[in-house]
Amino acid sequence: MGIETKLGDMGVVTTKLEDLVNWSRTNAMWPMLFGLACCAIEMMAAQASNYDMSRFGMELMRASPRQSDLMIVAGRLSKKMGPVIRRLYDQMPEPKWVIAMGDCASCGGVFNNYAIFQGVDEVLPVDVYVAGCPPRPEALIHGVMTLYEKVNSETFKGYAEKYKQVK
Amino acid sequence: MGVLEPLVELARGLGQTFRYMFERPVTVQYPEQKRTVRPRFRGRHVLKRYDNGLEKCIGCSLCAAACPSDAIFVEASENTDEKRFSPGERYASTYEINMLRCIYCGFCEDACPTEAIVMGDNYELSFTDRRQAIYPKDMLLEPVHVHTMLTPQKVDAGVFTRSVPEMKDPRD
Repeated sequence: MGIETKLGDMGVVTTKLEDLVNWSRTNAMWPMLFGLACCAIEMMAAQASNYDMSRFGMELMRASPRQSDLMIVAGRLSKKMGPVIRRLYDQMPEPKWVIAMGDCASCGGVFNNYAIFQGVDEVLPVDVYVAGCPPRPEALIHGVMTLYEKVNSETFKGYAEKYKQVK
Repeated sequence: MGVLEPLVELARGLGQTFRYMFERPVTVQYPEQKRTVRPRFRGRHVLKRYDNGLEKCIGCSLCAAACPSDAIFVEASENTDEKRFSPGERYASTYEINMLRCIYCGFCEDACPTEAIVMGDNYELSFTDRRQAIYPKDMLLEPVHVHTMLTPQKVDAGVFTRSVPEMKDPRD
């Protein structure tokens, strides 16, 4: 990525910088507008005024993958949509995260058939799975907080390794 | 009118905006403040116990048969009076629900002959790993307050022979 992968371990400097980087990442994580099915309705509800995801730094849903950090896969992923979602994911700039929202995106749910991917982790690396069919807006926010916990525990060493894998 | 009309309309529109500035915000501050769920909300399952601590589940697998997404796995074993988990012959030695497969339809609740499995009110289910989503029996079982109520229990022979409790009202 940048300086953070080259810095390595510099004791207190890196830990403080890590905290700062993680703080800024968790406070301005823009999700991509990517609703595939009924879960998208709950995602909209989570973004609307009742549950207002802007409180968690998700000020707005970006329609372009190039401006987003987080992909919320809301809904079942059909086989035909697979290449499209992979392409959109590849277009997102690093660092990027994926939340599989709902049962279908997580593991296929009730749709155990030939047309649906049995979980989006067949095409994307998923960070957080949210259960529910569809999950309540609160459940999605809980998933976002689980993701934030994960992001906050990341280290420079971890970024470097992750980046190496991606490359 | 003519010139003034747009100004009046503008003032009306902005007045509306201005009025909303003084209304109470509708946002629920979710992690700190939780909205109570409806009485019939179907959340995470709970396996119930009888008053003496014995498990209601008798391992009949009817919930697994009713499940539309095959999220439940039940394996039954034999009860003995020395090690009694539930009334009757059998108990569920393994009871797993995949929370990511489950669609929270409540069919398991309907199918259960002993009302052992009920849908609770917990919806905060998110995992960083799919493995964590498989809830085993000890996570699903209702907690007990007294240590002696834990299963397996040692009971007198011939007391708990009936696996399904007798109906008080057969029309029920």
